Amino acid sequence: QVLLSKNYEKALEEIDENLIYWPRFIRHKCKQRFTKITQYLIRIRKLTLKRQRKLVPLRRKIERRENRREEKALIAAQLDNAIEKELLERLKQDTYGDIYNFPIHAFDKALQQQDAESESESDAEREEDEDDDEDVDKREFVEAEDSELSDFEDMDKLETSSEEEQEEEEEVEEKASHSKSKGKTPLKGPARRKRPHIEIEYEEETEPSTKTKAA
Amino acid sequence: AGEGSAPVPGDGAGPPAPERVLFPPTFSVSEIKNKQRRHFMFLRWKQQQRKEKLALKKKRKKEREALGDKAPPKAVPKTIENQRVYDETTVDPNDEEVAFDEATDEFAPYFNRQTVPKILITTSDRPRGRTVRFCEQLATVIPNSHVFYRRGLALKRIIPQCIARDFTDLIVINEDRKIPNGLVLSHLPDGPTAHFRMSSVRLRKEIKRKGKEPTEHVPEVILNNFTTRLGHSIGRMFAALFPHDPQFVGRQVATFHNQRDYIFFRFHRYIFKSEKKVGIQELGPRFTLKLRSLQKGTFDSKFGEYEWIHKRREMDTSRRKFHL
Repeated sequence: QVLLSKNYEKALEEIDENLIYWPRFIRHKCKQRFTKITQYLIRIRKLTLKRQRKLVPLRRKIERRENRREEKALIAAQLDNAIEKELLERLKQDTYGDIYNFPIHAFDKALQQQDAESESESDAEREEDEDDDEDVDKREFVEAEDSELSDFEDMDKLETSSEEEQEEEEEVEEKASHSKSKGKTPLKGPARRKRPHIEIEYEEETEPSTKTKAA
Repeated sequence: AGEGSAPVPGDGAGPPAPERVLFPPTFSVSEIKNKQRRHFMFLRWKQQQRKEKLALKKKRKKEREALGDKAPPKAVPKTIENQRVYDETTVDPNDEEVAFDEATDEFAPYFNRQTVPKILITTSDRPRGRTVRFCEQLATVIPNSHVFYRRGLALKRIIPQCIARDFTDLIVINEDRKIPNGLVLSHLPDGPTAHFRMSSVRLRKEIKRKGKEPTEHVPEVILNNFTTRLGHSIGRMFAALFPHDPQFVGRQVATFHNQRDYIFFRFHRYIFKSEKKVGIQELGPRFTLKLRSLQKGTFDSKFGEYEWIHKRREMDTSRRKFHL
């Protein structure tokens, strides 16, 4: 083996000298090979200076497992319902201000104010809705939690007016849960229409409790 | 012992009389050597199980009706969310320490309304068509965002330039085999960097809806189910992408919903049909994210200080344990 010099042109000459009695074609091919080698060595040195791409192998089992879990999580999430609920909550908490004028809403609020004044009616309501009170409390907890996690720009608003609103909300909640417990199936109807395949059904009344425990 | 049943010799169809057959006590269906007969016996066994189950259900239902008002309440079905292993870092809404932490962390200037978010979206080298279109759609969804293509520039050199030009957030979409599959979100002035794995990306034309494009109004943000400390910080990161005052006129809402450690992003337009009913229409891209790591400083793969990394062997051991 002959060690060629580091100088490119001198190395070519050395090839010629060492292979002096070999045919011209073979000498030419040798020199071509040498040229290619030097070029790719240069390239390697240049590339190692740049950022290198690190290849991370995928693991088939893990990929499959994660995809499957993602599908199941998607089904369990019931995104449309969750978004609708959140929007309705925000509507109730007056984050939208006066943009939406729903006469029923205003009527309900006026009713609540009247009820707050007359104590006997409110007591009777509370005696009847013992179960709903638990739901109401849990719902308040959920609302507060969600309001922490949701739009932060409304935190100022909620903090200042939370106390005033809580009393009103209790009664709105009672009425809402009343209507929900009576009219279970109509609520499930439009919800069912949106979901295509698999359905995980939760009991309506205990839904807030599952939410609080898990979330 | 052999089989005590199936008295028809040699025929594949199996015996027709199901009720009068007796099995020796230690016999199980899996001991029959003949596959067809074994299959038949198994189906028969399954039918019997189903009948018993149905009978049990009916009996219970009758008992329930008989008791009437005094019936015990229906049992709550067990779900993964129900059975979730309690995470000790779950945030209590009234926790003061958390509130104090959040008032002094890197997002405090955003939440005190001192900074307006300005976002730079970029990709890895040589993005393919799908990624490019996804970047454009993402730029329409997030207000005040700009898309720049990286032509071989190193992230470490981009970051000081971005800080100089007043960008608050940087999003890098990593691409593999012509589909986007990773997302790096870093809050720029020295903020945390989160690296996500992105999956099931749907562009606007692939979503079945009849909505128009998102307008320029600032959307609202919904963050669902971010309960633990880690989830809280990630949630704040997402909230910091959007400007503070949503324009309710636009009626658009961007949702980040966390379910079992998968964060689903959706962009909808809503309309209140009545007081208790709202209709939503999906527009804009959708994707799901799974958190891989959270770093303290800006993006630095070698020397960064990791706050949280997903370690598969330690963290994926239980099906009911989630971290976000």
